[in-house]
Amino acid sequence: MSGTGYVYKREPVIFELSSPGRKGYSLPALDVPEPDLGQVLPKDQLRAEPAPLPEVSEGDVVRHFTRLSQRNHGVDIGFYPLGSCTMKYNPKVNEVGAGLDGFANVHPYTPEELTQGALELLYDMQNYLAEIGGMDAVTLQPAAGAHGEFTGISIIRAYLASQGQGHRNKVIIPDSAHGTNPATAIIAGCETVEVKSDARGGVDLESLKAVVDGNTLCLMLTNPNTLGLFDENVHKVADIVHQAGGLLYYDGANLNAIMGYARPGDAGFDVAHFNLHKTFATPHGGGGPGSGPVGVKKDLAAFLPVPVVGKQGDRYYLDYDLPRSIGRVKSFFGNFGVIVKAYAYIRSMGPDGLKQVSEDAVLNANFLMTRLKKDYYLMYDRICKHEFVASGLWQKDRSGVKTLDIAKRLLDYGVHAPTVYFPLIVPEALMVEPTETESRETLEMFADIMAKIAGEAKDSPEKVLAAPQSTFVKRLDEARAVRQPELAYRGDLGPGK
Amino acid sequence: MSAVSFPKDFKYTKTHEWIKVTGKTARVGLTNYAQDQLGEVVFVEMPEVGRTVKAGDIFGVVESVKAVSDSYSPAGGKVTKVNDKLSDSPELINQDPHGEGWLFEMELGDQAEADLANLMDQPAYERFQAEAGEH
Amino acid sequence: MTQSPYLPNTEADRRAMLAEIGVSSVADLFADIPKEVRFKGRMNLPRPLSEPELLGHLQGLSRKNATASEWVTFLGGGAYDHFIPSVVGHVLGRSEFYTAYTPYQPEVSQGVLQSIFEYQSLIVRLTGLDVSNASMYDGASAMAEAALIACAATHRTKVIVPAAVHPEYLATTRTYTQGQKIEIVLAAFDAKTGQTDLEALEKLVDDNTAAVLLQHPNFFGCLERPDEVSRLAHDKGALLVVAVDPISLALLKPPGAYEADICVGEGQALGNPMSFGGPYLGFLATTEKLVRRMPGRIAGATVDQDGDRGFVLTLQTREQHIRREKATSNICSNEALNALAAAVYLTTLGKEGLVEVAKLCLGKAHYARDQITKLPGYSAPFSAPFFKEFVVKGPGTLKDVNGRLAGRKMLVGPGLDQAYPELRGCFVVAVTEKRSKAEIDGLVAGLGGKA
Repeated sequence: MSGTGYVYKREPVIFELSSPGRKGYSLPALDVPEPDLGQVLPKDQLRAEPAPLPEVSEGDVVRHFTRLSQRNHGVDIGFYPLGSCTMKYNPKVNEVGAGLDGFANVHPYTPEELTQGALELLYDMQNYLAEIGGMDAVTLQPAAGAHGEFTGISIIRAYLASQGQGHRNKVIIPDSAHGTNPATAIIAGCETVEVKSDARGGVDLESLKAVVDGNTLCLMLTNPNTLGLFDENVHKVADIVHQAGGLLYYDGANLNAIMGYARPGDAGFDVAHFNLHKTFATPHGGGGPGSGPVGVKKDLAAFLPVPVVGKQGDRYYLDYDLPRSIGRVKSFFGNFGVIVKAYAYIRSMGPDGLKQVSEDAVLNANFLMTRLKKDYYLMYDRICKHEFVASGLWQKDRSGVKTLDIAKRLLDYGVHAPTVYFPLIVPEALMVEPTETESRETLEMFADIMAKIAGEAKDSPEKVLAAPQSTFVKRLDEARAVRQPELAYRGDLGPGK
Repeated sequence: MSAVSFPKDFKYTKTHEWIKVTGKTARVGLTNYAQDQLGEVVFVEMPEVGRTVKAGDIFGVVESVKAVSDSYSPAGGKVTKVNDKLSDSPELINQDPHGEGWLFEMELGDQAEADLANLMDQPAYERFQAEAGEH
Repeated sequence: MTQSPYLPNTEADRRAMLAEIGVSSVADLFADIPKEVRFKGRMNLPRPLSEPELLGHLQGLSRKNATASEWVTFLGGGAYDHFIPSVVGHVLGRSEFYTAYTPYQPEVSQGVLQSIFEYQSLIVRLTGLDVSNASMYDGASAMAEAALIACAATHRTKVIVPAAVHPEYLATTRTYTQGQKIEIVLAAFDAKTGQTDLEALEKLVDDNTAAVLLQHPNFFGCLERPDEVSRLAHDKGALLVVAVDPISLALLKPPGAYEADICVGEGQALGNPMSFGGPYLGFLATTEKLVRRMPGRIAGATVDQDGDRGFVLTLQTREQHIRREKATSNICSNEALNALAAAVYLTTLGKEGLVEVAKLCLGKAHYARDQITKLPGYSAPFSAPFFKEFVVKGPGTLKDVNGRLAGRKMLVGPGLDQAYPELRGCFVVAVTEKRSKAEIDGLVAGLGGKA
């Protein structure tokens, strides 16, 4: 490998760029009398030596992180059909809006009369989400979808306890559900009961009837589910659970498919969360921040986390007066900066625009599914919603090329891989969610690449098995990363550190 | 799957553990089918020596990079020894599941005969895992 | 309707695609939604705004808020007006970072993965603990999850929270622990020092205590005595969870040095705007012993097929997407972009810069308290050492005080009387490196009643 190529292939860890005495900042001098450290702070609590942070120039910082950014795929670079993640385009005006001084630079404990604009935005956002979800009241506090789930389940528990149903602790979860659902139930102190999917991919009604009982707290349902299929029996599911005295929780991960066509509240759901970072176009940030507001029906509104934003006359205020509230799930009022972006998105789309979003998301998914099913196995061959689950089963059986290999080969062609090996009920799953913000040409390009890979799997499987070849690093040894965990850089520290 | 045959003198569970009985003691491990399904094993959580287990009890956890599997004891008894080599080299389970990759040894309990009678012999397990391998 | 700039399909595209799918209209694609649950109306939402209209609208709302660039803020209580070097915003504006998802395909996510690895390394160095995760939602939820780790690790069901811990952290911890029947016991603070009463605390720690959740400095800004708390927790087999101000760690002994088992904190101060309360990031670091109980994502270094260094998400079997109901936490999305801001901030300030920031805060905060307590009617109720914020008892309510300061466009707070009825008339004053002597003198004059 040539010397210059190496520079680009390998970006040092920031500590490897450090040189004693180099500075990346400038700060004013202290303009008040300097206190004696040992006098104002207890001597035995002082740090013996400064934390070994890097010493680099401002230029070093910029070049390092710019280079890191270039070693990364993002929606702004190319197609990102990661199923269940809704990797849609993130409008730039929303970024500008959230960055406005009057939003970004406001302390959360600023008195209410000096934050009327922020509170108005939050108040309206509560109402918009209630309208979109068919709910009566909304909290914006949860920071992510799973955080919303925890909030929602806690609300259901508290509500049922107030009805003399405090013993109910079983949460029913379909086998197609995201892992967050069962994990949430356990964190909230409940037990989980799995219910099977039927041959069409929906909740199996007979199995459901068999598991509901007097201990049922609720059913958590993602609809359309992780197979991308709308549960055609959803109203029957709701009846079965309600008749047993349980409530219905709507996991809003896939709301992007049904805006303007179906509202969880109308379908009998009592509680629902919204993923603003999916449906409402706020960026995923490499893993976060998200925002997971929760909507509830009016009987449950008294149990929302505090504060909620209220309005009296022309004045907006933080309402802490909810004696039966579950309390808090985080400090302050939620991920405000994310909420601003989602608010801006709703305002730019309007009611018909959001409906068009769902129509195009569903259209794009069905178009892609139609093209892909020539070459890839489809376990559920019916109209899908915003995503569908194909499978690499044919390739695996015929030539030993697994779904993982197909995913890696896609990277060579410059697109991100779909979600793989999920949902668990489809073997060799390839979960594809194109979103509405991709053009027909992009979808056709992706379909062509997938067809080409299917051909390669047949004719020259070694090409697929050796992928990726064009990325900054090749396949990484994930087993080594677990067996010999190296979770922090220690190369510049002395032995024993 | 690599061509490893299932030893004839072992007994097998439906959860893909094997047990090799020698008099009053026994050695327990995971079958070649189990390790193949898991992929590269990266971590093993072992039972404590001295712990008493019943047949069907979860005695430990075996993890690969992206999968976790509880392991169930084929028979009741007291754990007398665990395979220490696995903490540094969990890959032994992949490399030699029926030999060097064994998990623990036990002193069989009073119910052992009944426990063992519930298990599959080699030909039965051969068929069982072949069916499990089909989708 | 007019074509949205975010929706590329034209009517011609849609027709061609529907034809290929083999349906006649978009309605056919929604035929699977049963009529019983179909929404037949039109959502009651405002009409769509064009980009200039939207910007104008947002600017209008934003102008109704008091910002830290127009108002001199001495507000504290978990969010602070620290200086953010320009490079932080520059790096965060790289859309290769902000439009990426969680790095599930490591070969095309090395940028995010390496930045997480660097973030973890920086947190480890700051806290003196062995390992850090990739971030939590915020300081409060990080503390709550630490309580859950402690209960799981010790198989105990009681957690002791000093009353001087941030009330919103306490409330969050209560919500997180109530379902699992974990008992929260409050430990009183000493009314003179503002520190947790060690004698009272010692009596509360017993054989069923999973952890003591200390905040240091605490909600009053007072430094606690972490060595003593560590000893008295460990003596009973309980863990020490400590929530820290990351800037203070430039001067203060790292939690690893007093054998904290888990260190958490609010990372907003590290390069993140106050943004009316979020998004921020919680950091969570712990010992090697507890690494398999850590919630959330963790990045690790490894090698690729050619032996070149690369980074992956690791120890994933802890997580919900694999272990489902047996996961250590339900967290999925975290605050990766805010953690990136923290990494860029700590890198830019570096070894000397963070110390300089901390010394500026320390000096200015002490100057401010000295001056304020000289005013008639004002006193500092607590005697414990402090870092960058402190409690003042004033002549009236916080509303009165901020009313006096309004003419100067200055703000102090939060007030304490909501959460601590015994501390009537008390409020927090926080002083960061951004406050000049002139501003502090202005605050003092304003508090003293000068217009």
